[in-house]
Amino acid sequence: MFISQISIFVENKQGSLAAITEILANENIDIRAFSIADTTDFGILRMIVSDPDRAIAALRAKNIAVSLNRVIAVQIRDVPGSMHKVLGLLSSNGLVVEYAYAFISRKREDAYVILRVDEKEKAAQLFEDNHVHTLTPEEVYNF
Amino acid sequence: MVTNYWNKKAETMSREGMRALQGNRLASVVRHTYNNVPAYRKKMENLGLEPGDIRCIEDISKLPFVDKYDLADNYPYGLFAVPMSEIVEIHASSGTTGKQKVLGYTRHDLEIWGEVMARTLAAGGTTSSDIFHCSYGYGLFTGGLGAHYGSQTIGCTTVPVGTGNTNRQIQIIRDFGCTAICCTPSYMLYIAETLEQMKVDPSEVKLRRAFLGAEPWTIEMRDDIERRLPLRTYDIYGLTEMIGPGVAFECDARCGLHVNEDHFYPEIVDPDTLKPVEDGIYGELVFSTLTKEGMPLLRYRTRDIASITHETCECGRTLARITKPKGRTDDMLIIRGVNVFPSQVESVLLGVTEASPYYFIIVDRVGARDTFEIQVELTEGFPIDEVRAVEKLQKRIGAAIESALGIGATIRLLPPHSLPRVEGKARHVEDRRNLK
Repeated sequence: MFISQISIFVENKQGSLAAITEILANENIDIRAFSIADTTDFGILRMIVSDPDRAIAALRAKNIAVSLNRVIAVQIRDVPGSMHKVLGLLSSNGLVVEYAYAFISRKREDAYVILRVDEKEKAAQLFEDNHVHTLTPEEVYNF
Repeated sequence: MVTNYWNKKAETMSREGMRALQGNRLASVVRHTYNNVPAYRKKMENLGLEPGDIRCIEDISKLPFVDKYDLADNYPYGLFAVPMSEIVEIHASSGTTGKQKVLGYTRHDLEIWGEVMARTLAAGGTTSSDIFHCSYGYGLFTGGLGAHYGSQTIGCTTVPVGTGNTNRQIQIIRDFGCTAICCTPSYMLYIAETLEQMKVDPSEVKLRRAFLGAEPWTIEMRDDIERRLPLRTYDIYGLTEMIGPGVAFECDARCGLHVNEDHFYPEIVDPDTLKPVEDGIYGELVFSTLTKEGMPLLRYRTRDIASITHETCECGRTLARITKPKGRTDDMLIIRGVNVFPSQVESVLLGVTEASPYYFIIVDRVGARDTFEIQVELTEGFPIDEVRAVEKLQKRIGAAIESALGIGATIRLLPPHSLPRVEGKARHVEDRRNLK
């Protein structure tokens, strides 16, 4: 199961991120998880939000270019070794992780890992076969 | 081949006929200038010249050159050749050197302006049935009123919109059913882009011909505009010092710009030796007004780099053709010893589909080394997600620039829509090396 992730190209400039978060705050959209990939020249902001469609519309209305991507969110127990279980599974099956970032639930004792994998269909199947729970969009957006 | 002559006699005159006409007109404008403009009389006297020495067009090479410094030295009215009571209009352009270049027009000068602009617009098929959207700036800038006079001479329904407020411009284009437009090429592109953003169906836009000029643009930019909108673009060339727009225009054959040479005599000279060069050889464009009364200028150095041909065009016009100026001697950048024209950068970028045609060049000097940065906007559709993909694009643009220019540049990618959209002349370069 895949979930929607929003990616935004940001200039390395004071105020760039705040301009984006302000738009989401005004729309009352919750940021579930986010990460920033930074280089010397630019950054890429990736976010999982409570209402991706509304977030995209609001951002585009302010002339901010947004890409929508499909990623996998897996649920793991917040204990030592669980992250390795997931990554080891991918690695032993020859899959490549493009990037990953994690967040922790405020309601349960679980952690969630957002994964972008080169062959995402294969990864999803692998998780299913090995009883690793991948989150549905509803589960992610409606925590 | 659609010919669309406005003044068939002038536009298809034999070469001998044209040279005879030019010779007569030159002799008379030289006498007029000598008698009425002390600064020019002095220049001629310094070379031991008198009006009687100029009898045919070949004699033009005896005359001294004039350049932007002559205009600055004689600011504002020093080069006017008639009393102020005969001047009916003033125009001016922002001088790059500080003082404005001021031009005075007599009523006859305005009639000529209408005539040469009518030829320009007619060459693109404009007739009195057109609804002409004039989106050049009105006021001291020559663009707005120059195009306006041409449109009026033809008898088009003229819509004097001027610059600014793109949403209003688009509403006028749609609601008024405008069929012809004039503006800068960068603004035309901006209008096209805005129409796309507004999701306007191109069939709602009736524009069929666009007369674009006042700033350098490339063939790739033309293709981009024509791909986005169902219209045909025509390049126009002019400069305030001669009259404004109307000095040279493009016909349907699109192989150079026809100079209205019965009014503006063109020469191409080597910018270093100032000696005339042969047809087909690039050099600096020099113009002489042959019929202007208010402020005639003889052998004015434009700083534009172009070449000329006197061969008859496919369209049947005998009017000499200049190439699209490939840059100006004074906006040419020399970076690490290499000559760079911003138009070259634009050409490269238009070949990269992931980049928008908007760019900005920053040249600086760090220690003894020139830095050369090109800021490039990503297009809206670029799938932003992986750092690797962005860096790959950055490298690809860098390699394309290096191969086209022979010099490497730092490519800085920017989010879509981050560079300012201008409604007048787009400013593409900041040379910080000069700010000492």
